[in-house]
Amino acid sequence: MSTLQHARPAPVGGSMFNATTLVCCMLIAVTATIILVRLFFGLSSTTNVNDGYSWGIWVVVDVFIGSALACGGFSMALLVYIFNKGKYHPLVRPALLGSLFGYTLAGAAITFDLGRWWNFWHIFWPGYFNVNSVMFEVAACITLYIIVMWIEFSPVFLERLGLRDARRKLEKVLFIFIALGVVLPMMHQASLGTMLVVMGGQVNPLWQTPIQPLIYLLSAIMLGYGVILFESCVAASAYRREIEVSLLNPMARVMLGIMALFLVVRFTDLVVRGVIGQAFAPTCVALTFWVENACLLGTFLLIGTTEARRNPARLFLAGIAVMLSGIMLRLNGFLIAFDTGPGWNYFPSVPELLVTIGIFAAEVFGYIYITRRFPVLPREETYAQPAHR
Amino acid sequence: MPADIPDTRTEVNCRRKFLESCMGAAGTALVASAISVRVEARDTYQRPPEALGLLYDATLCIGCKACVAACKQANDNPAEFSTTDKLWDTPLDTSGYTFNIIKMYRSGTMATKDDETNGYAFMKTSCMHCADPSCVSACPVTAMTKDPKTGIVAYDAEACVGCRYCVVACPFGIPKYQYDSPTGKIGKCELCRHRYKEGHYSACAEVCPTGATLYGRTSDLLSEAKRRLALKPGSVTTYPRGNLSGGPDQSYEGYVGNYKQHIYGETEYGGTQVLKLSAVDFEKVGMPYLSPNSSASTSETIQHTLYGGLLAPFAVLGVMTYVAKRNVHHEDDAPADKPGKE
Repeated sequence: MSTLQHARPAPVGGSMFNATTLVCCMLIAVTATIILVRLFFGLSSTTNVNDGYSWGIWVVVDVFIGSALACGGFSMALLVYIFNKGKYHPLVRPALLGSLFGYTLAGAAITFDLGRWWNFWHIFWPGYFNVNSVMFEVAACITLYIIVMWIEFSPVFLERLGLRDARRKLEKVLFIFIALGVVLPMMHQASLGTMLVVMGGQVNPLWQTPIQPLIYLLSAIMLGYGVILFESCVAASAYRREIEVSLLNPMARVMLGIMALFLVVRFTDLVVRGVIGQAFAPTCVALTFWVENACLLGTFLLIGTTEARRNPARLFLAGIAVMLSGIMLRLNGFLIAFDTGPGWNYFPSVPELLVTIGIFAAEVFGYIYITRRFPVLPREETYAQPAHR
Repeated sequence: MPADIPDTRTEVNCRRKFLESCMGAAGTALVASAISVRVEARDTYQRPPEALGLLYDATLCIGCKACVAACKQANDNPAEFSTTDKLWDTPLDTSGYTFNIIKMYRSGTMATKDDETNGYAFMKTSCMHCADPSCVSACPVTAMTKDPKTGIVAYDAEACVGCRYCVVACPFGIPKYQYDSPTGKIGKCELCRHRYKEGHYSACAEVCPTGATLYGRTSDLLSEAKRRLALKPGSVTTYPRGNLSGGPDQSYEGYVGNYKQHIYGETEYGGTQVLKLSAVDFEKVGMPYLSPNSSASTSETIQHTLYGGLLAPFAVLGVMTYVAKRNVHHEDDAPADKPGKE
């Protein structure tokens, strides 16, 4: 396989001071302030969560959606290391970086949503933890995965710091962490779907099924590819680099395959359980169901042909459509189609929204910092120079 | 930049390896499912034989809310106001500070009690103490527990991380969180278990003037409920008050209500320890339809099938490690003496 020649990753370089990083820092500062208020005055001081909707966007968006959008690293590792598609190797590091930030910040975000956060260690303490709990499985697995990802990514730091011996030693055993980095997200991304099962009839039948773990797992994998499409296009345009269409094109085809499988599983389940009729009822929930699925059908229309997949704009839009569908799948199950009875309403408050935005800003800032200072993105040979050189 | 036209030999090689990997993955799936088959489906739990609970008979309830006040006192909870004068404790629903409440069903002119049309009725809202509680299954840190003898579903704030999965999971919306506090706890009825050693029992049943809320062993309460359903509506019968399974006789004679032939809690989610009788359809007074199979059992069957003894995850990890070890050398294609520095 040594015939494959990749451009080696290199730091993009350039200044950290620009409009984007400045805005990010401001958003992060606002977020930090709101979190302080929450810690001193309780959840109701900053959020609109209530006993009917006890999980607001800090859980559903920051953690459930945030971690699913951070599946790029997992999806690429699956393709490159498990299915041995070495040609995609240049996409691994940037994807892993996105995942690293997505998950680390999701982990941080859940901490201040916890009502009794100082007891957080109980989840890892044998005297306390409950192996029957889906939440336990998710929490333990995500924590382990965050640690595994930092180890997987550490060669980048070692490379930059010139610690070649340490790097070589680590790379000898890296395959163990790569395998863990595939199995752990498979486990908890599936369990995020199982999380709905215990909620029983409160969740609309369109999203309440015992095969939820399979649906969420397939969704997470295709979201991973969708995010890479999106990230690659954004990174290329922000850094004025060439888009890796020769890699994104076949990768998008893999994504379409998984998407087809997902749709077959999803609709077979609805038909077998005899609830497909609810999708045609004149309700809001049926509408959001179709938004969720129209995004996937739209992706087939956008990039169904090889020719279409050579068009970066179409790849970019397809990435957004896939992300939107994954976002809707999770929003629907946990918030929109979750009904705890009359009288309960939830819409996030402004501070709540600002924190979620701040978390994404922190991800963007971290991504910019690491790609500018550490060897993550493939080195550009002859094309446009980085903008802020 | 990688070439657009792939090296044919490499591509063939790739395809072979890809197929091998697929077979590896299929093998993993087989191993995993073979292991899973042996993990038995987790049945819905049933009530323990000595389970304690309440019987709430909506036809006897006069809506005096003595039980609401007694519950506040017994649990040391503050008053909650819904009126502008803030003179009385007037909670509109259970909350982190209100574990028991009497709600009212209203229809049309509200002329007669316990009439579905143009009538009104009462319904108690408090923990049902399920035989197979969703909150206990959901809790990641065993802060929600079910006593193996009494079956009381108890909460331990010292263990709780405040994730509120119990709040989301409960089909009755019972565990509630104190959102206004930086150190908020979950609040729910624990059947006054903290008062047993002083010789007391559930405060709501202790103070109920009509015996609408009756305390006792659930098996005794279930027999009593069945006795009432068998009576002719409008006839006269004896109604016990207070503690059915012991204590002084406080019974009195009263008219039999026009019951729906349904003991709520007899079979719902495998049964609950708090049982309810009503003359108005249960779904209309806020008691949801629940199948005899608990959602906790479905959820745990999935979890045990996928992760029982961590066998399947380790089997998959084994295969993944093997495959990754074979494929990971791409990483080192570039010579090590060319560090990726600018």
